[in-house]
Amino acid sequence: MRREGSPRRGVGVVFFRELFDHLTSVRMLVLELLVVLFGAVVVYFAAEQIRNTTAEDPFLFLRLFAPPGQSLLSFVTVLSILIPLIAIGLGFDAINGEYNRRTLSRILSQPIYRDALLFGKFLAGLATLSICLITLWLMVIGFGLLRLGIPPSTEEMGRMLVFLLVSIAYAGVWLSLAMLFSVLFRSTATAALSALGLWLFLALLWPALAQVVGEAISPSDIRFTMIGIPTPDTVAWQQGLARISPGTLYGEAVVAMLNPEAQSLTNLLAQFQGRVLGAPLPLDQSILSAWPQIVSLIAGMILLFVVGYIAFQRQEVRA
Amino acid sequence: MSDTVIEARDLTKRYGRATAVDGISFDIARGEIFGLLGPNGAGKTTTILMMLGLTEITSGTVRVLGHDPVREPLQVKRMVGYLPDTVGFYDHMTAVDNLRYTAGLIGIPVADRAARITSALDRVGLSDAARKHVGNFSRGMRQRLGLAEILMKDVSVAILDEPTSGLDPQATNELLEMIRWLKREGVAVLLSSHLLERVQSVCDRVALFHSGKIALIGTVPELAKQVLGGGYHVEVEADGTGLAEKLAAVPGVRNVEATAPGHFRLLAEGDVRPQAAAAVVGAGGQLRRLSVENPSLDAIYSRYFESQPRSEGEMHAA
Ligand SMILES: Nc1ncnc2c1ncn2[C@@H]1O[C@H](COP(=O)(O)OP(=O)(O)O)[C@@H](O)[C@H]1O
Ligand SMILES: [Mg+2]
Repeated sequence: MRREGSPRRGVGVVFFRELFDHLTSVRMLVLELLVVLFGAVVVYFAAEQIRNTTAEDPFLFLRLFAPPGQSLLSFVTVLSILIPLIAIGLGFDAINGEYNRRTLSRILSQPIYRDALLFGKFLAGLATLSICLITLWLMVIGFGLLRLGIPPSTEEMGRMLVFLLVSIAYAGVWLSLAMLFSVLFRSTATAALSALGLWLFLALLWPALAQVVGEAISPSDIRFTMIGIPTPDTVAWQQGLARISPGTLYGEAVVAMLNPEAQSLTNLLAQFQGRVLGAPLPLDQSILSAWPQIVSLIAGMILLFVVGYIAFQRQEVRA
Repeated sequence: MSDTVIEARDLTKRYGRATAVDGISFDIARGEIFGLLGPNGAGKTTTILMMLGLTEITSGTVRVLGHDPVREPLQVKRMVGYLPDTVGFYDHMTAVDNLRYTAGLIGIPVADRAARITSALDRVGLSDAARKHVGNFSRGMRQRLGLAEILMKDVSVAILDEPTSGLDPQATNELLEMIRWLKREGVAVLLSSHLLERVQSVCDRVALFHSGKIALIGTVPELAKQVLGGGYHVEVEADGTGLAEKLAAVPGVRNVEATAPGHFRLLAEGDVRPQAAAAVVGAGGQLRRLSVENPSLDAIYSRYFESQPRSEGEMHAA
């Protein structure tokens, strides 16, 4: 059935109000402070480490985000943990909050479609997260300029820019998920706890679980084990399962962007094609190798949003 | 332009196997105050949500100002103001900011917004609280802010769900007065309530709901006549002989009861005080007191459902 009028009517109004709300809310302030605090400490130590080691690294700036070697806490690690937290913090009460405040039916009795409310809120959340991430990103680069005393190369700028975009997509996935939960659960506390629970599960347990389940589905072949290399089938399963977690996808995409020397498994082929192991990949090759992860993140964000949208369309609005 | 603003035909809503609204039909005319009355759970809110396109209609049709809320929800919502039961606002925002947001959603031109918001708040007596946070508002103030939103929207139909529930008597009277004012402005008002007595005075016509069906529909005196056989109780205190017979002979009087010596209670189809007075005087009696009690919807409701088979556990809300 064709609906009369545009489903976008009101999106702008909702967007600006929500954006203003987010940017002026205490909640946002707390989350932002959290990130800045963590980020500052981590980036400071990264910079110290860089200064103490080599100055001949062609990717000095990238090391600020992801220090080489076995650094326990990098800026990227901090982000991959805190982004979901902020995104959930922004989205967990998007719809059920309106419902509980008894504003939902009043708002929906204005000449707009439900689409506009959900989409406006999503865009506002994403814009807030983007503003947050861009600010941080600029801060790190500014700090790098001061501390390292050299400007980033064009390639480094490109890599950092893609990294920023991937981070926003990653934030979008968690925002979609949080908003989906805000549609599904009438209680904001339940929605927040479920989203946080899922995040903890995916971040902490799932990587290990994926190894075990992958092994169970496709056991290691003794012939490979004998010569000390993992069975390709098993690894494929384990990786595939691990990638259900957006954190894994984000991690892989970020490594490809910020660590040009990194050879992911998909790049094994390149070795056979004669590329020297350990030689840095050019930017376009790095993007290409991270492309599946980037697309999966965006697809996941859209999919979760659509599920939330469908659930919201059919929902009773009465208080 | 037609005189009917809302037209419902065989409107039905089922939740799974339970029927919330069961084939109701009614018309509401321009500038009329129409009451949807009945106990909690009778289906009033569900009916309202269907008229606004906020819940799916199982079967039947409804037209609001000629538009179908299912196909043209935006058209309908543009011309109808809705005050939900227990209306909510954004507590951390001021009254003005709340209205400004809605004004944006409605699409009121930016240049007109401030003036329309101010005059609406003025109209409901919230000018002083305009810049205060809604979080501190009392329930009555919230209801009035909801009404201000409707005034600002400049609609031809206002739908108010339980507008007086939870209000003290004074706030109720103020709200009812504002509803009368809406009517004078030519707005058709549909209001629902489970407190029949409270709202009967403002309603031009009422529909009495009972478990999803409209049991009775019409003006209060009409229903009184139909159900109570009159409904006007006239108390007469007079001295004289043969007064009971004389009073019984007055046209419109259904029954005369002598409650005490010189005290008569008449059941009549209308306010028969003048005729009763004439009858007493005509019989040479001395009239000492004369009073009338209008028919009460509560009485009509309970009388009507006494004679009907009771449905399970349905309570007449007090
Ligand atoms: N979402 C729902 N699912 C199932 N039944 C519902 C739902 N909403 C309302 N009902 C039922 O519909 C009936 C009518 O409810 P409602 O329209 O709210 O009554 P009223 O407004 O007259 O108090 C009630 O019996 C209620 O239990
Ligand atoms: Mg109700």
